[in-house]
Amino acid sequence: MVKFKEKLIHGIFFFNGLLVVIVLLGIFALLVFTAIPAFKEISLHEFLFSSNWNPTSYVKSSYGIVAMLVSTFMVTFGALLIAVPLGIGTAAYLSDVASTRVREIAKPIIEILAGIPSVVIGFLGIVLVGPFIAKVFNLHNGLNALNGSVLLAVMALPTIISLSEDALKSVLKSYGEASLALGATPWQTLVRVKLPAALSGIIASCMLGMGRAIGETMTVLMATGCAPAMPESFLGLCAQ
Amino acid sequence: MRRYLGILTVISALIFFMSNGYAQDMLQIKGSDTLINLVQRLAEEYMEKNPKKYIAVTGGGSGTGIAALINGTCDIANASRLMKSKEITQGSDHGIDPKRVVIAMDGLSVITSARNSVDKLTMDEIGKIFRGEIVNWKDVGGSDLPITLYGRQSNSGTFVFFRDAVLKGDYSQKMNRMNGNAQIVEAVKQDASGIGYVGVGYVKEAAGVNVVKVASRSGSDYTSPLNSNDVKSGKYPIARPLNQYINGSPKGAIKDFIAFELSPEGQKIIEQEGFFPIPDEYRDFNKKSVGLE
Repeated sequence: MVKFKEKLIHGIFFFNGLLVVIVLLGIFALLVFTAIPAFKEISLHEFLFSSNWNPTSYVKSSYGIVAMLVSTFMVTFGALLIAVPLGIGTAAYLSDVASTRVREIAKPIIEILAGIPSVVIGFLGIVLVGPFIAKVFNLHNGLNALNGSVLLAVMALPTIISLSEDALKSVLKSYGEASLALGATPWQTLVRVKLPAALSGIIASCMLGMGRAIGETMTVLMATGCAPAMPESFLGLCAQ
Repeated sequence: MRRYLGILTVISALIFFMSNGYAQDMLQIKGSDTLINLVQRLAEEYMEKNPKKYIAVTGGGSGTGIAALINGTCDIANASRLMKSKEITQGSDHGIDPKRVVIAMDGLSVITSARNSVDKLTMDEIGKIFRGEIVNWKDVGGSDLPITLYGRQSNSGTFVFFRDAVLKGDYSQKMNRMNGNAQIVEAVKQDASGIGYVGVGYVKEAAGVNVVKVASRSGSDYTSPLNSNDVKSGKYPIARPLNQYINGSPKGAIKDFIAFELSPEGQKIIEQEGFFPIPDEYRDFNKKSVGLE
């Protein structure tokens, strides 16, 4: 009986795992098969190397994705530049410095931040961050890559903080104690012992944060102006 | 802000109806962002008078509305442009026979920041500005300031209409693609170097923006889209009819609602929303197209 139960549960888990893989392959196949007909009309060379995106052109449609790739990476890179130091710093504070009470209040709030819909964040980008950036850098408008980066950083932060904090917490207690016993200050213990020990978890958290940033549509579309031109700088025009 | 409120009401209305089971009588109207506030308002007034009728109005752009009509997922498509021949063929493949009704007139308004001294432009200048050939305000009589372009996203009917009627070429790659009329008004308000185009209903009460007077060619009179006579007579060069498309001759609830839109009462609401009532030539057109005037 027990053996049968074991086998059943084993089977259920195997089926679950398989299902996820099948769904993933299905999505991939669907994307590929529906996209292939497009390449009968568009040359692959134009698609990959032209920076001219204008499918609804008055004269001649063009389908180059370079400008969009460049600006996506630009915005994501900018977002990580802001979110990674801030995120790891917050995680270190929450795990090592903050009192239990602060941590218990702050952590759920940070996690709620992850649930804010992207359209709301985009709206804040238009009415709050955009005008602020325009004022600080003396520009005419704040629809640029920097605006997108700031917003995406806000969206990536909860993931980075939450997972990094978990990683820091799961570092063996004896490591920290040993370091302190050898005469290291709490700062040295944190930076030289705990952070390196939790590095793999922290990197994973940053990757997941980046995943959220790079795939985000709505926020970036609203906050960067969505012009299909090649971006000139972080403060210039930005494609989506 | 009103637009976001409108979207919120639509969402909450949708949730309400879903929880009540699918209402049999509910009309689905979808499409143009230029028309959404107007049709929303018409629908509200209509529902107040007919408590048992339900109408859901959603946006997305004229392209989205027309695609929904072709796929049979909406009853009325709002469109600020005409259907393309390609779309009509697609429709007949799906057994859809689109009929056009003109419900209002729009003077497509070119707007600049109130801090900008340029208050009149010719069609040619507007075309050059949006094609990216004129890039500084000093070339059209303003101060030495680079021009920032605000336009619509590509599934917008206004995007297509403005391109075909004014630019007759492609938009500059540097034009910001905004997701609605209200967003363009907001952006131009904040940006002293900005220029954009929106339906006239969006500028009537907007503070902080200039409505540019337009001449069809240099030498001819400059006219404002806020002048209803110039829009109706076609003297304002970028006037356009605002349309709704339905499948086949109107029947039942659809016919009833369109008749309300075209009635003096409906046309009065259209004027209150900042657009203009339909002139006689389009009344005749409607009569031929759907038998309503």
